[in-house]
Amino acid sequence: MPIPATIEVLTSETFAILEGSHVIQLTGQIRQQASQMGMSLLDQTKLSTAASELARNILVHGGEGKAQLECIRSNSKIGIRLLFSDRGPGIANVEQAMQPGFSTGIGMGLGLSGAKQLADEFHLTSVVGEGTTVTILKWVND
Amino acid sequence: MERIPILKMGQFLLVTIQVDLYDRLALDLEADLVGQITQLNARGVLIDISAVSIVDSFMGRILSNIASMARILDAVTVVVGMQPAVAITLVELGLSLTGVYTALNVEKGLDLLRIKTGAAQAVSTDADSSDD
Repeated sequence: MPIPATIEVLTSETFAILEGSHVIQLTGQIRQQASQMGMSLLDQTKLSTAASELARNILVHGGEGKAQLECIRSNSKIGIRLLFSDRGPGIANVEQAMQPGFSTGIGMGLGLSGAKQLADEFHLTSVVGEGTTVTILKWVND
Repeated sequence: MERIPILKMGQFLLVTIQVDLYDRLALDLEADLVGQITQLNARGVLIDISAVSIVDSFMGRILSNIASMARILDAVTVVVGMQPAVAITLVELGLSLTGVYTALNVEKGLDLLRIKTGAAQAVSTDADSSDD
């Protein structure tokens, strides 16, 4: 997936992810924003489900973190970009963590692989001992 | 404290999930359902998720857990009313809801429960007393 040369950020909002109810608030906001931008119901569902996985990952592995919700534009395309960051232990083996079914936590190990599958673009950076940042992007009119 | 109501319908329990489940609510539902199955001798559990807009792996695990716990207590679980967008998303996510029966709506779900628990045979045998 080629990353577009220029991405213009139209709006940006940050949400703290400290407990389970924050995940629900976040996905509600994402759905509202996506709906306003004219995203299809299916893509809204995919994006908010991916967001739910990643926000829960923060709670399980990072303890706490934040999510940034951005409306973006690139040429004629508009979309939503989400950045999830935590200051958790980081991921030592990213390749292994991306495998469906791999889990060090209590979940089913579908969080990262599932979110990647559901998003148009997926990017993960992690530094052991410092934390993890995951970025996903979904276009409204791709 | 918020709780998800469990309705009794004959031998079956009916749960309609109208809100997104957060951890506490989900764990309470598991515990309440298991308690009710035992207390009321329920043979089946029908879970209506038609109002649920997100089924992620957390929610999927809750549904699988409920089905497993119910099965150990000799009750069948059927999940009904999944939105089409949720079904597509589940498959892309890689979640298969192993061990959970599904039906399109509450009516079909009740039919399935009757078949799975043998309640349908009992009723039809009583009704027409056929000898097959």
